[in-house]
Amino acid sequence: MKVDLTVNGKNITADVEDRMLLVHFLRDVADLTATNVGCDTTSCGACTVLLDGESVKSCTVLAAQASGHEVTTVEGLASNGIMHPVQRAFHEQHGLQCGFCTPGMVMAIVSLLKENPHPTEEQVRTGLEGNLCRCTGYHNIVRAALAASETQAAQTQAAQTQGASS
Amino acid sequence: MIPSSFTYKRAGSAEEACDLAAEYGEDAKFLAGGHSLLPLMKLRLAAPEVIIDLGGLRDLSYVTDRGSHVAIGALTRHHDVEHSALLAREVPLLAHAAGQVGDPQIRHRGTIGGSIAHADPASDLPAVLLALDATLVARGTDGSREIGIGEFFQGLFETVLEPGELLTEIRVPKPAAAGWSFQKFNQRAIDWAIVGVAVQGGQVALVNMGGTPLRATAVEAALAAGASPADAAAHAAEGTSAASDIRASREYREHLARVLVSRALTEAGSRA
Repeated sequence: MKVDLTVNGKNITADVEDRMLLVHFLRDVADLTATNVGCDTTSCGACTVLLDGESVKSCTVLAAQASGHEVTTVEGLASNGIMHPVQRAFHEQHGLQCGFCTPGMVMAIVSLLKENPHPTEEQVRTGLEGNLCRCTGYHNIVRAALAASETQAAQTQAAQTQGASS
Repeated sequence: MIPSSFTYKRAGSAEEACDLAAEYGEDAKFLAGGHSLLPLMKLRLAAPEVIIDLGGLRDLSYVTDRGSHVAIGALTRHHDVEHSALLAREVPLLAHAAGQVGDPQIRHRGTIGGSIAHADPASDLPAVLLALDATLVARGTDGSREIGIGEFFQGLFETVLEPGELLTEIRVPKPAAAGWSFQKFNQRAIDWAIVGVAVQGGQVALVNMGGTPLRATAVEAALAAGASPADAAAHAAEGTSAASDIRASREYREHLARVLVSRALTEAGSRA
């Protein structure tokens, strides 16, 4: 069947099997291999991407279901070579060890901060219930989420100040 | 893991969904959020030949005040039930329990109607809606009918829905008694409940204590007769038929049911 998705702002049309999963579409058709297949059973969250701006597990969505919708993967976060605040925070807080869960963690946190820009540490931990780190490196991941929340708040404030003065 | 081959159809309306279901008969399955059905298909425990995607039926996603009850469209996602201000005010048990389903990603996709129609006794919302005495509305090719949730669940993954009948709305009466509680015991956040308990006033329902969600009728009778939460909770496993599996033995589930019902009744009492 023909599917038509917007992935990281780019339109992709392809003829795929009806049963193709979104994660396979991203990796094998769109050639975006940052999104990992982890448990493949809706548990680990390694395959988390944004679908219309909200986190979903792309191993449990059909490419056909996503047709006509917008998908963002971790490759789509940086703009003009500048890392997204969540990516920057993972770098600065050492929010990764082996890195396998990282793309999914980053996307889950981007979605979390969109819904709750100022989460408490506990809200970050419950907000990441759907993402497993096989290195068990959760502390720095939570720190990265909290640091990103502060950076984003500062950026929003700066943008508002700039808007008010201009 | 990849599902076996099927033909994908996207319905543009409830009417079209029912027509497609009538056309393909027992070979077809409705797909809502897909977070119960797709995992089963990937494990090849389900292999429908035709998938009718309901994802485009945005008009079946709503939470509306209808005076004596709150009406919820079957395609309303757990995330939207969790964050509904109307439900938080009128039926806080349901809003809270929806926020305990799976994890954020699952709640961004899974729907209340899909969870009910799938009829997994380990799912949270079937038992919650049983405790709330919800009424379900189903649409077939010859019109709609109402089904009391007490008659809806027939067995493991089995409901009174006819092939091709589409669950369209869940009607939840505004509770008369204020006290409520939802208790869920699991090993990891993303797991199904080993046992769960939903309490609304004197109505108590159990997750994963049999082939269907169950009302704890012996507990309810004891409460009606004036028993204390602790005494009433001692009856929690009566009339249940919990399975033994990799996560828990039947005896352990029965123990959990008594403990969790006691906690739930105490918490509900503190909110009354």
